[in-house]
Amino acid sequence: MVSFEGYGNYETAWCPGCGNHAILEALKKALVTAELLPYRVLIVSGIGQAAKSPHYLNVNFFNGLHGRALPAATGAKLANPDLNVIVESGDGCNYGEGGNHFLAAIRRNIDVTLLVHDNQVYGLTKGQASPTTAEGFVTKAQPAGVPSIPFNPVAVATAMQAGFVARGFSGNVDHLSDLIVKAMAHPGFALVDIMQPCVSFNKVNTFAWYKQRCQPVSEDHDPTDWEQAMKVAFTWGDRIPIGVIYHNQRPAFETHFSALKRGPLIKQPVNTTKLAGILESFA
Amino acid sequence: MPETVLNIMIGGEAGQGLVTIGQLLAKSLVRAGYFIVVTQSYQSRIRGGHNTYTIRVSPDEIQASQESVDLLVALDKQTIDLHQDEMSARGLIVVDEAFDRRGDNYVLVPYKQLSPERFANIAGLGVLSVMLGLDGPLVATAMDEFFGKKNEEMVKQNSQVLVGSRAWAEALDKSLARRLPAVTNPQKRLLMNGNEAIALGALSAGVKFLSFYPMSPATSIALTLAAKAEAMGLIVEQAEDEIAAINMALGASYAGATAMVSTSGGGFALMVEGVSLAAMTETPIVIVVAQRPGPATGLPTRTEQGDLEFVLHAGHGEFPKGIFAPGTIEQNFYLTRRAFELAEEYQGPMFVLTDQFMADSYRAVTPFEVADLPAVRPIELQILPKMNYQRYAITESGVSPRLLPGYTKHVIGADSDEHTTDGHLTEDLAVRVQMQDKRYRKLTGLSAEVTPPECRGEEHPDLLLVCWGTTRGAVHEAATRLKTEGRSVGTLHFSQVWPLVPEQFMNHLNGAKQVVAVEGNATGQFARLIRTTTGFHISRQILRYDGLPITPEYILKNLASV
Ligand SMILES: Cc1ncc(C[n+]2csc(CCOP(=O)(O)OP(=O)(O)O)c2C)c(N)n1
Ligand code: SF4
Ligand SMILES: [Mg+2]
Repeated sequence: MVSFEGYGNYETAWCPGCGNHAILEALKKALVTAELLPYRVLIVSGIGQAAKSPHYLNVNFFNGLHGRALPAATGAKLANPDLNVIVESGDGCNYGEGGNHFLAAIRRNIDVTLLVHDNQVYGLTKGQASPTTAEGFVTKAQPAGVPSIPFNPVAVATAMQAGFVARGFSGNVDHLSDLIVKAMAHPGFALVDIMQPCVSFNKVNTFAWYKQRCQPVSEDHDPTDWEQAMKVAFTWGDRIPIGVIYHNQRPAFETHFSALKRGPLIKQPVNTTKLAGILESFA
Repeated sequence: MPETVLNIMIGGEAGQGLVTIGQLLAKSLVRAGYFIVVTQSYQSRIRGGHNTYTIRVSPDEIQASQESVDLLVALDKQTIDLHQDEMSARGLIVVDEAFDRRGDNYVLVPYKQLSPERFANIAGLGVLSVMLGLDGPLVATAMDEFFGKKNEEMVKQNSQVLVGSRAWAEALDKSLARRLPAVTNPQKRLLMNGNEAIALGALSAGVKFLSFYPMSPATSIALTLAAKAEAMGLIVEQAEDEIAAINMALGASYAGATAMVSTSGGGFALMVEGVSLAAMTETPIVIVVAQRPGPATGLPTRTEQGDLEFVLHAGHGEFPKGIFAPGTIEQNFYLTRRAFELAEEYQGPMFVLTDQFMADSYRAVTPFEVADLPAVRPIELQILPKMNYQRYAITESGVSPRLLPGYTKHVIGADSDEHTTDGHLTEDLAVRVQMQDKRYRKLTGLSAEVTPPECRGEEHPDLLLVCWGTTRGAVHEAATRLKTEGRSVGTLHFSQVWPLVPEQFMNHLNGAKQVVAVEGNATGQFARLIRTTTGFHISRQILRYDGLPITPEYILKNLASV
């Protein structure tokens, strides 16, 4: 039986009021709704506040290096496609240090659900700018204000025709949980970029700031219409659309490997007869 | 040089098909029962420039390359100018008659008459095969197999050229023949280079996952595995960069796939964070580093043993690792297998350190009996440990029971942070010390399983030559030649360069009158490693770092001055 309690109840190291608490709750709810048994789920994370999430859940976890969650998750999914693989990490981890892997994961369309806790700042290292930090945002590392324009992950993912692109808000747990369920059900790469207040280091994009702006995409939005989706993806200002923005049905990366048609790699013993044949070809 | 050994160099521009001649000749020679050592020297370009493919051949076993050339097949004039000084006394230069060269040592081939221009390399092969006394059908078969998959018209034209050029060469003056001594009872051997042997060793060990980013001279390992991926049920993935490659392989290994990565120094520099991650998460991985001269991009297509210290110290933090440095094709195969076994046994990073010379060096090897070699298997899936399973349980050996995620009801954690026995991050400093000690204790077990260095020759020689990795063949041959001159010589070759177990070799170092280190780098890295681990100072060193492999001649020439 899958239950909310089965996913454990741990003391966290996050600040009171941090958006991460609500994201954790939404994820737990989603896992229960999807009826996934803890031992069938693997959460891969990088380093940062968000990346601590798997320590607060009773699941398999690989808490790897800063920026490298997606490659590790890709390897794990390829080794055992029966695992339900989720990546959880911050905006800095996924879009900064791991930016190249973000692009590559979209291109591959590996069946991994990427949950980005996007607080538009580096939380764990105490408030430096991240790739999604607004232009002009002042930090101790950018005392004259951030000179670069922010990265728009939703627009990039949509432009690259990622399998599934959504934006959520930690202040709307049920809506977020529903997005995560849909993302996990999508057979291919799924991004959920999650607006998350950081009470300690982001005094601009606060809970109230997001609350006022994050509104569900309009009812008539068709996420299979790419051009429409691009417009929604670029909407950022007084209104920040949340919900499923784009999706398609490209075959998942792992379906291209003939080795995986025979199940997880470990279940396939070495065929020494075939290997002997290969050696013979060197004669 | 004994008369029975012949060094054949084929030289020309990239794109002239000299590798094709080389490959076909190598195949024919091995099938005829000869031993060969191939040395490939090429520039980092696809067309033009100057490249050579050198085959040293002998009816008796050889393991080293040779500098003097007995037969030079020059596909362009530049090759003659660059290599005529290397010709041995009985050397012959095979050239296009149109090059307008004269002299007793030239074989002037009417290429225009023998072949259309694009098949000139095959005409060269035909002439060469007759001069060496190789049977026509042997060469023809090798050629048909090689071109078999391409179009039929081409196969037909090629064989016409081969037949025609052989007929022309049969009529050559006897003085222009360099017939190889016949092998009376040819043994069946495989033609294989170092990288292919690494790939095959990995397959035999049960590799299921390789991720890589292309970089010479490592790429052919991945290409060999990619070609066999479908048949052998493994995944080969070209990653977006080397950082992704190693992190991907670690994710795969964590989830149960026997995993490896292959790269060269520059790519390995990017992978280094992953080495440390493998150690911390105690995830098995085999890392092949095929060296080329550095720093930075260095000489992309040449050889060096310059990354020993880099690999030895790679990875922040303190943790055990093992480094193999194969010296023969067979060692490439078996030590790669060994690296997989130890990676699994000790749950961490194991290295195979090779270089461009070995990577590209085709040789004749006795077939491996793969049916008798068990694959490395991660933990049996069906074994359910006791309910209080702890992934990082503190043990005396330092090795904790490894379960895979998804196969039992247990959830399996791995963390790059310092962690408790269940894998969760901790800042409990007492736990930190326990965990660091536990991980480091694996070095004891690893040390007990070290492949000992190979010692040859007298027990207390006047001269002991110490080497590691790919210089083995050259050092052995140099020693053999010195012995025939009556010198008292011994050799000590390390095919595992870390950990070092002084008890395995100190008596040899102490027992010799004079010890000389032979290494393919500029600073004597291995000699330094011996000194830091044992205190024994090998002050006399023969070093080479001009991008070319160490040869017996090089050692003998430099021995005089050390
Ligand atoms: C290779 C490497 N570089 C830098 C760091 C330091 N570091 C840890 S977390 C982090 C940024 C975290 O930001 P983000 O990913 O947005 O996560 P958050 O803490 O905001 O959730 C940095 C720079 C590291 N751990 N590893
Ligand atoms: S610093 Fe920010 S992101 Fe980190 S726990 Fe505190 S509020 Fe959350
Ligand atoms: Mg952040």
